[in-house]
Amino acid sequence: MGFFKKLKDKLTTSTDQATEKFKSGLTKTRDNFSNKVNDLVARYRKIDEDFFEELEEILIGADVGFDTVMELIDELKHEVKRRNTKDPEEVRDIITEKMVEIYQGDDEAPNELNMQEGELTVILFVGVNGVGKTTTIGKMAHQFKEDGKKVLLAAGDTFRAGAIEQLEVWGERTGVDVIKQAEGSDPAAVMYDAIRAAKSRQADVLLCDTAGRLQNKVNLMKELEKVKRVIEREIPGAPHEVLIVLDATTGQNAMIQAKTFKEATDVTGIVLTKLDGTAKGGIVLAIRHELDIPVKFVGLGEKVDDLQPFNAEQYVYGLFASAFEEKEDDESESEDE
Amino acid sequence: MAFEGLADRLQNTMQKIRGKGKVTEADVKEMMREVRLALLEADVNFKVVKNFVKKVSERSVGQEVMKSLTPGQQVIKVVKEELTELMGGEQSQVAVAKRPPTVIMMVGLQGAGKTTTTGKLANLLRKRYNRKPLLVAADIYRPAAIKQLETLGKQLSMPVFSLGDQVSPVEIAKQAIAKAKEDHHDYVLIDTAGRLHIDEELMGELKEIKELSNPDEIFLVVDAMTGQDAVNVAQSFDEQLGVTGVILTKLDGDTRGGAALSIRAVTEKPIKFAGMGEKLDALEPFHPERMASRILGMGDVLTLIEKAQTNVDEGKAKEMEQKMRTMSFTFDDFLDQLGQVRSMGPLDEIIKMLPGANKMKGLNNIQVDEKQISHIEAIIQSMTSEEKQHPEIINAGRRKRIAKGSGTSIQEVNRLLKQFEEMKKMMKQMSNMQQKGKKKGMGGMPFKFPF
Repeated sequence: MGFFKKLKDKLTTSTDQATEKFKSGLTKTRDNFSNKVNDLVARYRKIDEDFFEELEEILIGADVGFDTVMELIDELKHEVKRRNTKDPEEVRDIITEKMVEIYQGDDEAPNELNMQEGELTVILFVGVNGVGKTTTIGKMAHQFKEDGKKVLLAAGDTFRAGAIEQLEVWGERTGVDVIKQAEGSDPAAVMYDAIRAAKSRQADVLLCDTAGRLQNKVNLMKELEKVKRVIEREIPGAPHEVLIVLDATTGQNAMIQAKTFKEATDVTGIVLTKLDGTAKGGIVLAIRHELDIPVKFVGLGEKVDDLQPFNAEQYVYGLFASAFEEKEDDESESEDE
Repeated sequence: MAFEGLADRLQNTMQKIRGKGKVTEADVKEMMREVRLALLEADVNFKVVKNFVKKVSERSVGQEVMKSLTPGQQVIKVVKEELTELMGGEQSQVAVAKRPPTVIMMVGLQGAGKTTTTGKLANLLRKRYNRKPLLVAADIYRPAAIKQLETLGKQLSMPVFSLGDQVSPVEIAKQAIAKAKEDHHDYVLIDTAGRLHIDEELMGELKEIKELSNPDEIFLVVDAMTGQDAVNVAQSFDEQLGVTGVILTKLDGDTRGGAALSIRAVTEKPIKFAGMGEKLDALEPFHPERMASRILGMGDVLTLIEKAQTNVDEGKAKEMEQKMRTMSFTFDDFLDQLGQVRSMGPLDEIIKMLPGANKMKGLNNIQVDEKQISHIEAIIQSMTSEEKQHPEIINAGRRKRIAKGSGTSIQEVNRLLKQFEEMKKMMKQMSNMQQKGKKKGMGGMPFKFPF
């Protein structure tokens, strides 16, 4: 046991609305995932090849990256052999242990943003079309504003129809200025303007929107590199964060997205959006594992305060909560023995 | 190109079997595991995969394959047939109401690409069927969604009906249809807000719109990159609204697009169109068999031929062929041909449609930078007509001038000149070959691209 209990204790002591929100946001995920694991464990009396195949499917079903699943299964097989266990119950614990391990790796990477004290912090948002970049920026602007920071938005999506207006609406809602140029203008030029404006207005945070682009469009990725270069040139060390926005409904392709965008813009973190649906976004486990990009925020709804800092333990807890709670009950019973 | 990963993987598997004299049950089993992994890796839903593999496996183990003289080929055939069947027949037509206007509802998750697709579909209806669609902005939730549709309407010079974001979508739909009747629009495309399939309130709203507008088509717009969840989304929308067709978007990405298979399998609704690019004309009919061939790495020659036919002037092609034979091919002709090939679409896509292209090392991941081609064009355009006709007169001084005029470097000019010479040599060889009757000239791309 141990592992989950520790996790739960840690969370219950620090429990707050965020955990609740996480749990409710992940309810569907959790139901699907942990019920399946439970079901699996209940159905198999011993561990065999079929057991692993089915487990493989459950993990794939949560969109956990393909290679990561294969690796995980191999490790599990090895572990099962080592511990010489035939009991599926025991395996359940090992599964969850391994999953957290995969996410966290050796170090506990900070998921706080790299904020510059007393200076301008520039955050660049990148990602494919329709993942929720602009919405995330709106939500984040709101949060910074609440924290008493002076925020400025750069309307770098000069391509998609209505994108600038969309950001402007968010600007109005949150009471934040938007730096923009006409539709179709050079996004790098918009960034240049925005940085100038941010400096002269002594803003604390500049949030830079960019047009969604599929990662296999060479020219568009080059354009993005240029945008980043311009920011770098104007402020050494900037952008302080490059956040890739990923849609939780995306499957294995999210891995390629993260990889390609990382190559082009040196991504520092992930915002996982639309986690309030039935999708699991399990691919972030794989991305963290293979590319070492941590998730920093998750989008759990459409409201302005539905952006939450990511907490790996909460996430995994959300994924496994019901499996774990049942286990707890079993344990309290067996503790009397 | 979509699905290339799946093709690669299956191809490797098939390679092992191909040429084998006899296929044992164990062989089939191993192969099926590969097929299964390939499909899972491509985001096909695991339940769908399970059924698919079972079917293929049954047929493969059965008489059909075991007794066949070429068991490897036979298995490929079985896989392809089953895949094609799973994808369904081609159905890219759009319903026409008995009494106009025909009402089409666009539904889907947030960010799937509904608004863009609405614009593309309107464009397609006008271009191909000569229809007069009215676009209806019923997404009152997302900031500037109405503005987005209005901008698209402006780009297409098509009317957009909107009542701002304070009126309920149901009311908007109602008034829009009345307006369409009044103005004699024969199609009404309702762009609805993106919503989660589990959001009861918003799904209720869609049901209301449906009841009121009695749509002839309800298109579910799905992002081709969707993972395992595609099944839940498609099933849920279909159960609640009775979807009539699916439009797959962002298929021009490098996703393997297994979602297409999943959706097809669980809803049994046809995938009618595929979004293939950012431009407003980038909506193409979805071709299931071609997709199946593509999955198996057999190349998409049909699409290529179709593209060539619509974009290449036949008379010009003949003339060109003549010129190649007589070796009177000049830079002018080259420029012409470049333009024609380019009008067929992005080069890397064209190359990938060639059969076996994804087997060839290097070609697989080729990424043609369209800008390079523009450079070549600029260089040629900076030549005098004399130089274009007789490239041999281009001396150092002229090279310098051309480089300057085209904004490139002398090295680039040199490279182009050299490659042009090589190309001419190659053409000579090819026309010699043709004369021997060994190989018939393929109208496509008889020259090597100079990059």
